[in-house]
Amino acid sequence: MSEGALRSAPGIQLAGVEKWYSARREPVFALAETTLSVAPGEFLVLLGPSGCGKTTLLRMIGGLVCPTRGSIRVADHELWRDGQRDDSAVRELGMVFQDANLFPWLSIEENIALPLEMRRVPRGERLRRARDLTRLVGIEGFERRWPRELSGGMRQRAAIARALSYDPRILLMDEPFGALDALTRDAMNMELQRIWGATGKTIVLVTHSITEAVFLADRVVLLSPRPGKIDTVINIDFARPRSLDLQASVEFLSIVSRLRHRLEQIS
Amino acid sequence: MQPPEELRVPSFRAASALPWITTPLLIALVLLAWHFYVSVSKISAFILPSPAAVWAAWKQIIVAAPTWKHTWATVYETLAGFFWASIIGIALGVALGRVRWLEVTLNPFIVATQVIPKVALVPLMIVWFGFGMTSKMVIAAVLAFFPILSNTVLGVKSVDAGHRDVMVSLNASRWMVLRRLELPSSLPYILTGMEVGVVLAIIGAVVGEFLGGDVGLGYLLVARMNAYETDVLFAVIVHMTMVGFMFYFAIGVVRRLLIPWHESVASEKAGS
Repeated sequence: MSEGALRSAPGIQLAGVEKWYSARREPVFALAETTLSVAPGEFLVLLGPSGCGKTTLLRMIGGLVCPTRGSIRVADHELWRDGQRDDSAVRELGMVFQDANLFPWLSIEENIALPLEMRRVPRGERLRRARDLTRLVGIEGFERRWPRELSGGMRQRAAIARALSYDPRILLMDEPFGALDALTRDAMNMELQRIWGATGKTIVLVTHSITEAVFLADRVVLLSPRPGKIDTVINIDFARPRSLDLQASVEFLSIVSRLRHRLEQIS
Repeated sequence: MQPPEELRVPSFRAASALPWITTPLLIALVLLAWHFYVSVSKISAFILPSPAAVWAAWKQIIVAAPTWKHTWATVYETLAGFFWASIIGIALGVALGRVRWLEVTLNPFIVATQVIPKVALVPLMIVWFGFGMTSKMVIAAVLAFFPILSNTVLGVKSVDAGHRDVMVSLNASRWMVLRRLELPSSLPYILTGMEVGVVLAIIGAVVGEFLGGDVGLGYLLVARMNAYETDVLFAVIVHMTMVGFMFYFAIGVVRRLLIPWHESVASEKAGS
């Protein structure tokens, strides 16, 4: 990645972040005190079994869920103040969810351009940007289609394009490829790596796939459940761009098996 | 590469053409049975006129100028009532769907207005709004209001949580959430409510005309009944049915125009 991209992408700092969910009998402890820092331009993967609070953590960074305690700083803005969200911090964030969550009443290009509409970008300019993005994510030619006419993988590409449309400097992805078949998933991982390389964004991705985590990440953060907390942090130093063949290498497999053992112990 | 020819949606399809054959056939069958019964049983024409007599009466009334005056009156009352029911029903429905405490507060009263047999309000409306078209319009609106309201509330509440997340993560204003998410997402529900509502609006207008005033198809119906012109009575019923069909089809057309993305329209197009 270039130096320029490194400087322009902001980081994320979590200090003492805790989350309790209210419940009828007794509040649920979703995430224990967590301190974590994501470097500008870093590709960080949150890995863990279900119930480890990884999605909660991501949704707190994304401004969808308010932390019970602690501070989250996004691009040097305090994200949460007295339960109120700082919108200027949210503007730096793009979110991709497990479901593509495209609006079925908008065409693919209108879906991709939706965030730009909210930023009052003129229609012609919006649609031009949307077309450029369809090329970037590899769904060119489907601009005028309805979302239901696309396959799951293509819909997810469109959702990524929507998150990229307003050029946020941080991308938050919640199991974005969890619903896809293995082959499509591999292809999407390659694609995501390429997009990350091309745009130089900071990415935080949540997954429960160990292979996906090790393949994509600069750093894997393994979370353990009940309550969720950081268990292990592993730096992944393979050279970029990584090819799918890497997944068959001994070094890759040894990291995967180390993580798998640890996962079995904690879940 | 060219797609196989059979996958192009053709302009003509056997499945969608079927009703054009079966419907006239069934109508013809019923008319035949009717005609047969009348000629065999020698039933009095005051009770049941023959189809031929009704046909003759219908041909007479559709060329008579007063019929169209009555028709326009009923159409106007229905449309105006339906229009206000839609405006108020959708606006209130969106508010109730979004604001929980408002729904909890108002719900008992809304249910109460539904439990009253609304036709019982017709005399009251005539007392309040007079024998003119206003009272019928109000009755039409009252009848059409509830299905539109309740469907709108259901629609707004059924907005997908994932879609809401998208809007929150995009920092969308309330207006954008309403315009780009809540309204389009509720539209299939709202249109279903309007489909039911428009039929109820016609009923409201016609029942209002039964009781008061000297214009409208409901009035015409009662007048013919009092004159013992049963054949014309039947002809007016046929005429009213046609007017009802027009309203119903109009909503169908609106549905196709407004929600081409929705399954209910898409599956029709694909002829599944």
